Amino acid sequence: MLCIRGLSCGYYDRQILWDINLEVSAKEIVGIIGPNGSGKTTLLRAVSRLLKPKGGSIHLDNKDIWQMKYRELAKKIAVVSQGSPEEALTVEEFVLLGRIPYFEGLQFLETNHDFEVAKECMTLTDVLRLKSRPIGQISGGERQLALIARALAQEPALLLLDEPTTYLDIAHQVGTLDLIRRFNRKIGLTVLMVLHDLNLASEYCDKLVLLSNGKVYKQGIPEEVLDYKTIEEVYKTVVVVEKNPISKKPYIILVSEEEKEKRKKK
Amino acid sequence: MAWLLFFIAAVIAISCFSLSVGSSSIPFKNIIAAVLRRVPCTEYSILFDVRLPRILLAFAIGGSLSLAGVILQGMFRNPLVEPYTLGISGGAAIGVCLNIVFRLNRSLGVLSLPVCGFLGALCIVVLVYSLSVKKGVLKIQGLLLTGVMISFISSSLIMLIMAVSRIEDLHGIVFWIMGSLEEPNNTLILLSLAVSIIGLILSYLFCIDLNALALGEEEATHLGVNVERSKRFLFIITSLLTGFSVSVVGIIGFVGLVIPHFMRMLVGRDHRILLVSSFLGGAAFLILCDTLARTIIAPVELPVGVITGLVGGSAFVYVLTRKQIPLKGK
Repeated sequence: MLCIRGLSCGYYDRQILWDINLEVSAKEIVGIIGPNGSGKTTLLRAVSRLLKPKGGSIHLDNKDIWQMKYRELAKKIAVVSQGSPEEALTVEEFVLLGRIPYFEGLQFLETNHDFEVAKECMTLTDVLRLKSRPIGQISGGERQLALIARALAQEPALLLLDEPTTYLDIAHQVGTLDLIRRFNRKIGLTVLMVLHDLNLASEYCDKLVLLSNGKVYKQGIPEEVLDYKTIEEVYKTVVVVEKNPISKKPYIILVSEEEKEKRKKK
Repeated sequence: MAWLLFFIAAVIAISCFSLSVGSSSIPFKNIIAAVLRRVPCTEYSILFDVRLPRILLAFAIGGSLSLAGVILQGMFRNPLVEPYTLGISGGAAIGVCLNIVFRLNRSLGVLSLPVCGFLGALCIVVLVYSLSVKKGVLKIQGLLLTGVMISFISSSLIMLIMAVSRIEDLHGIVFWIMGSLEEPNNTLILLSLAVSIIGLILSYLFCIDLNALALGEEEATHLGVNVERSKRFLFIITSLLTGFSVSVVGIIGFVGLVIPHFMRMLVGRDHRILLVSSFLGGAAFLILCDTLARTIIAPVELPVGVITGLVGGSAFVYVLTRKQIPLKGK
């Protein structure tokens, strides 16, 4: 579905990504992981067409994304980013903005269909009860849900998320990712997301892409990517990789400096 | 919808009030009588040769300035930008001054004034835009700061032009800078009306884009808005509105800052209704201010900028202190 070939890009004179090759098949959940500054967010920005590639290409369903019209792309790709929306907007108004790609040339008002889609998206994300509250007055977890609802209102085939779990407590982290997985299973939504938390990435993604210094270090199923040697090389920190007793997925355990010293002495 | 009717009613009511008061006050029933009879008499000529043109001009200018303000604020997500703070008014003013000094309005006709105003405004917009776009993405803070500096530079330049100009041109410049809604040229009045309404229609084509821009430029791009193209068009529309207004009546501040602000509090942030209500609100506000300006110490007339500054500025401060409104746009 999404096919990235030899992509290199960056800002002005600073190049961030070198020769990225990546394939995302339909109905897959792909996680992008890597240390700070490894180019995860830049990769996501390139896919959402905010950054023009310096080399290589990005194709969506065999179409170069830079050849597509703005609205055409917005009907296929929706982005959940950590923006700060206008706080006075109500949740419903905010979600309805997701219908903009479907506006025709001289159409100024939403159609009934737009209202229905928005309502359905709010129901699925459980924010319908908040629909007349201003965005500025709901909690961080609820805001995350509203952001996802707006992205879903675009009825995309591919959903991009930039660290959807930051600033959320564990219940909301799991809740958000469960929701995304549910959409993935139910309506076949393809997902490409940047995740910081390796354990969440291991738990929820079908495939992981590990970036290091702007290059793909390793990609594959979580069991392949998340072995302790790879993690230690890329993150320059000591970890132990175990198996999650429930899901049998790789589970990363961090080791503090003090503990390391203790072990050495023994 | 109810708001729209309310604003239209307000404009009409204020216009009627403005028609009836003045150095010679004409009761409302006499106005109707004069309109119905259509015979030339003193009252008729006061109404239709003196007061009505002023009301029409105030309608056009108030609407234009307020519309320009609401567009800029929507684009920049910052309630502090307006034609004046971005230096667009200053640019238009330089254009008009140069026109007067080089006597283009005598050789090319009076219509060259608004053209020069528009070109001046457009030059500033292009300059500010290219200065801040140089690094690739348009950064709002940089644009605002550059705009404020350009306002300073342009007022210095106007003083420079005044210092080196001939006495008879100086009179023309001072007369124009003082700013008044008394405009003897009916063509200019009708043209201002046309420009303001065309500006409203053109900007309305971008109301959905403006709504999307409320989320930020990147988010708007994700929603399928061609942000750079929309911004370019909207910049041209605001240059047109500002350049025209400044060239006809001089610099009138605060309309573009205060009215959109109040309108957002009244009707919300949806540009589909905000654009029209700001236009009507600005029109009503300027008609009212002009009526005050010419009646408050009649027969002496105050520059209308004094009234808009006092009324608008103090109302703005009052609202800001009463309700905590975030000044920071991101």
